Amino acid sequence: MRIRPSDITPEPIYRARREFLAGIAGIGVAAALAQPAFGEQVMNVSLIERLQYKRNARYSTTESANSLADITGYNNFYEFGTGKDDPARNAGSLRPRPWSVVVDGECEGKGRYTLEDLLKPHALEERIYRLRCVEAWSMVIPWVGFPLGDLVKRLKPTSRAKFVEFTTLMDPKQMPGQRSHVLDWPYVEGLRMDEAIHPLAILAVGLYGQVLPNQNGAPLRLVVPWKYGFKGIKSIVRIRFTESMPATTWALSAPREYGFYANVNPEVDHPRWSQKRERRIGSGSLLSRQPTAQFNGYAAEVASLYSGMDLARNF
Amino acid sequence: MLQMNTRLAMRWIAKPLVFLLCLLPVGWLLAGLAGWPAAELGANPIEKIQDTLGIWGLRFLLTTLAVTPLRELLGWPRLLGFRRMLGLYAFFYVSMHFLFYLLVDQSLDWRLLLEDIAKRPFITVGFSALLLLIPLAVTSTKRAMRRLGRRWQRLHRLVYPAAILACTHFYWQVKADIREPLVYVLVLAVLLGWRLYRYRQRARRGRAEQDARQYQQATDARLPVEPLPE
Repeated sequence: MRIRPSDITPEPIYRARREFLAGIAGIGVAAALAQPAFGEQVMNVSLIERLQYKRNARYSTTESANSLADITGYNNFYEFGTGKDDPARNAGSLRPRPWSVVVDGECEGKGRYTLEDLLKPHALEERIYRLRCVEAWSMVIPWVGFPLGDLVKRLKPTSRAKFVEFTTLMDPKQMPGQRSHVLDWPYVEGLRMDEAIHPLAILAVGLYGQVLPNQNGAPLRLVVPWKYGFKGIKSIVRIRFTESMPATTWALSAPREYGFYANVNPEVDHPRWSQKRERRIGSGSLLSRQPTAQFNGYAAEVASLYSGMDLARNF
Repeated sequence: MLQMNTRLAMRWIAKPLVFLLCLLPVGWLLAGLAGWPAAELGANPIEKIQDTLGIWGLRFLLTTLAVTPLRELLGWPRLLGFRRMLGLYAFFYVSMHFLFYLLVDQSLDWRLLLEDIAKRPFITVGFSALLLLIPLAVTSTKRAMRRLGRRWQRLHRLVYPAAILACTHFYWQVKADIREPLVYVLVLAVLLGWRLYRYRQRARRGRAEQDARQYQQATDARLPVEPLPE
């Protein structure tokens, strides 16, 4: 097939590269996050420290990561078009800085936060996660981010907060795909509170040691590795704590096909295709499907969240 | 002499040219597999190949169905000479689409394949379209046409349900963005609508002719036949 050996970065090299990036180029990452143009102004020292990251081995898979080209060239981000290569082509119109996030709903930390303020207290980690798309393909992606639970704690949800709802930017000028009504914009996703504070759920700001490329959901996106990829809402502008279950975009679009939970589950097929196996992008194998694992291989960590629940009903 | 020349041109120039043109999508995929950058297959080459073969199967199916209307609208009877080739190309791309799905996507796992065909409506309709095309490909020879006579045309009307199923297959396969399959559905609707219109027109004309004949017969019986004035 077309996968060239050169597409796959050998592990020692990308590890070394990442250590290098963590130590030195992290400064550049910080600058890019803080300023619209790289190195335009004197850099904020606290930002530099904040954007250094450590690899979290405990929550990282040892499977080899997909190439940067695959991760940034094959995306579902309908705000930039419905083709897999549309986001890479069209996401240039997104302006991820300056950026702010509105926090509201059932919490004490309501308000509008600049991205810098939102990120400031959080140490960044690298998590190499499997990503399983509901379309039965998968990748391995080295995210840089921080636990969503840490932010939730900081925002002090009230006792009535049972869910967290996330909303993507709504701006057809920056996101040309929003001009056509393929989905009900803006994109909304949500998690149950116990899911949101689970240590595996992260907010990502980077991948492969670099600031998130626009097509991957810059500047801030959700990553929930035991759920199908569409739960990983991108370019977040709003976080809201709610008492009732949020109405999420894909579940509204096709309620028979996409549920609120969207946990990866080989036993529950999509009405139109099997979820038993998946195609690992870039695997280089001609006979290309591999078995899909319950909760995308994170069952040991997350299965207890759903004990006693009928997962075929709550898909 | 002129007649002879056009026939030769058809046979030795136009047909081979169209034959090669119809192979371009396959050539493009092969170029992509060989690593030619312009024909880049992307991060998911298997999906890309699968989709390309399928969409060209549908395109050739609709092109085949467009031959008769175009021939009448343009008044260009020679178009008919390409219909069999186009139809066989539709069958070729649809078969490749299926074989690729079977051998590569499903890794020849018959159990999963049968489950897919039985359980997934969009695969069921796609597979049915392929099944309907098989007898048409088999009876595409001149000999089969001669042997089947009038039944040949009746048999080959199976291409209509096949095209409807193929469009449904595409329409049901997409996740949310139905704009592209809708284009194909519209083209098919026009092609089938034109046939319906022509059929009704013929039926009406047939009825009118019959009425005229009956009237003629009735008047012939009553009146002495007089020669019309010159």
